[in-house]
Amino acid sequence: MVDVLEHPGVIVDHGHEEHHGPSGILKWLTSTDHKVIGLSYTITSVIMLVIGGAFAEIIRAQLASPNGTLVSFAQYNELFTMHGSVMIYLFAGPFAFAALANFIVPIQIGAPDMAFPRLNALSYWLYLTGSITMLSGFFVAGGAANFGWVAYAPLSNSANTPGAGADLWIGALLLTGFSAIFSGVNLCATIFYLRAPGMTMFRMPIFTWNLLITAILILLAFPVLTAGLIMLYCDRHFGTHIFSVNGGGVPVLWQHIFWFWGHPEVYILALPFFGMATEIIAVFSRKPVFGYKGMVFATISIGALSLGVWAHHMFTTGVVLLPFFSIMSLLIAVPTGIKIFNWIGTMWRGQIWFSTAMLMALGFLTTFLIGGLTGIYLASPPLDFFTHDTYFVVAHFHSVVMALVFAGMGGLYYWGPKITGYLLNERLGKIQFWFLLIGTNLFTLPQYLLGLEGMPRRVAVYPHDPQWKNLNDWSSIGAALIGVSTVIFVINVVHSWKKYPAGDNPWDAQTLEWFTTSPPPHHNFYRLPQIRSERPTWDYNHPEHRSLGHGNHAPAHDEAPDEVPVA
Amino acid sequence: MKVEAKLMLGLGLFFGLMCAVYWNWSLENAGGVMMFAGMLLGFLPGGYYYWWSRRMKPRPEDDPQATQASGAGVVGAFPGTSIWPFTMGMGAFFCVLALVFGVWFLLPGLALVGWSLLGGTAEGRRGGPH
Repeated sequence: MVDVLEHPGVIVDHGHEEHHGPSGILKWLTSTDHKVIGLSYTITSVIMLVIGGAFAEIIRAQLASPNGTLVSFAQYNELFTMHGSVMIYLFAGPFAFAALANFIVPIQIGAPDMAFPRLNALSYWLYLTGSITMLSGFFVAGGAANFGWVAYAPLSNSANTPGAGADLWIGALLLTGFSAIFSGVNLCATIFYLRAPGMTMFRMPIFTWNLLITAILILLAFPVLTAGLIMLYCDRHFGTHIFSVNGGGVPVLWQHIFWFWGHPEVYILALPFFGMATEIIAVFSRKPVFGYKGMVFATISIGALSLGVWAHHMFTTGVVLLPFFSIMSLLIAVPTGIKIFNWIGTMWRGQIWFSTAMLMALGFLTTFLIGGLTGIYLASPPLDFFTHDTYFVVAHFHSVVMALVFAGMGGLYYWGPKITGYLLNERLGKIQFWFLLIGTNLFTLPQYLLGLEGMPRRVAVYPHDPQWKNLNDWSSIGAALIGVSTVIFVINVVHSWKKYPAGDNPWDAQTLEWFTTSPPPHHNFYRLPQIRSERPTWDYNHPEHRSLGHGNHAPAHDEAPDEVPVA
Repeated sequence: MKVEAKLMLGLGLFFGLMCAVYWNWSLENAGGVMMFAGMLLGFLPGGYYYWWSRRMKPRPEDDPQATQASGAGVVGAFPGTSIWPFTMGMGAFFCVLALVFGVWFLLPGLALVGWSLLGGTAEGRRGGPH
């Protein structure tokens, strides 16, 4: 069934027509509604977070003793490979650019759906089957892939890693890779072609801007990975020698290809979460985003620079251009710093409402700052030579990705009411936040010290260095607290199920998604407000405090007319 | 459309500059080739948008003063439901299983993908005002 849609306009009311589609399981199989697909993505990716998290808990339990015997060495290799793979490929990426993005971006720009609804549905099915493919590695002879989530050649060739698990891993990434590419195409087309009248590019919410840059990065990076995986498969099965020395190939080429995807991927993961944090901080500070255009240009700069930094993962190979990659990596700190100052500027003198979503955004800000600053150390080759492949690097990127978990949780608390029509419990949310904050820092901070003491990553035991046990124990306790916080989140979802009706705009928020009903109707809007700034819903609800155009400033407080003495 | 064009062209230009510096400075070719391709990916859609932006009136979404009524009219055709994405996804799944468990999986895989392509295209053609 194909609906031909007319733009609602401000006065054209479609009436509250209901959409008559299939229901039950057939609805989930056949729906091309971006909201249903977004919800499918959200549920699937949160399940992946729980699975990947369970792997992490086993890893931390193993490391709680210098001679851990919880799992064998072979099982440990599978666990850290699948932990990284599930978290990066199956949770963080899809959650970032396809779950909340799918649901929120079209509504934020006043669009009825994604530009290509059927392609959008195909993206989801490729993602789901890819996830099943990767996890099914545990059930084949030889077990799941065990060469680390980066699959370095020549370790990943058929002689060093035989078995179906590795091939399932490659196949899974082919599926999820195409899924991501299709999502990227869809987001670009939606944002370029389906904005509501008056929603100029520089009135789009920061979340949408970040998703646009993310989508462009997806289109630049993911095809490279997909091509690399096909080459790797050919090396494994068709006798090519692209990545093996004995046939004239170049093993380090795999690293170039992998990281040419892999570093933009870091920003593909991060930018959507930056967007979530920006929206949350502005709404709960009751202010517009500070430095809107600076924020947009910082995002574009991060996207542009991210393509020239891949080999900072390869400093120790000895065959990369150290100064180029060091300069480019250090440069990224500048737009990232602008963002951090803008977040602080947004909160400055705002009326801050410490809801769970806001607390999560603040948790993101602090944790990301730690992860970001240690990233600046690692951009310097002499420091990187010293810490490469130690727990310092593990701690650095876990600070970063745990910050993203904070922002994602904030996003679920903030947009959950829009998606379901019901609020989550704030008290449980705040308890979850404190477990997450304490757990995350207890988990990562000892790892920085372990790394500086020389503990290598990916070891299952450390019998010759029992002095590392103490710090490892703290880290494992932190991981357990993170696990508890996830359980509290699940309890909160179950406890709050259809309990606290949210209304259309429970946060007195600013952007267009809060103008429609919760959950939004089929094709999203019955009517639209005039769009005159980047916060049309706020302008509509607060005509006396309308947003000013960019570059126009309100008179300073002490110049307010009512305080000027009458001459 | 002008901002969209400038965004893509600007990214393409930056990737081109980066490619030129890297190509001349480094001793390997893979990165230069990938950045060159990145430049093309900026210029291709950017050039297309730029070409159109000079030949069309600003759209309501490009006009800061546009009213909602100015956008009234057909936005596009949006399928409400479709089974074809699911069947095509399953086809792709079988094709990938063929990489691991045996080439015979290609048979149902390609059949499903082909069937879905035909079905989806026919469904798209049937769509339209009604």
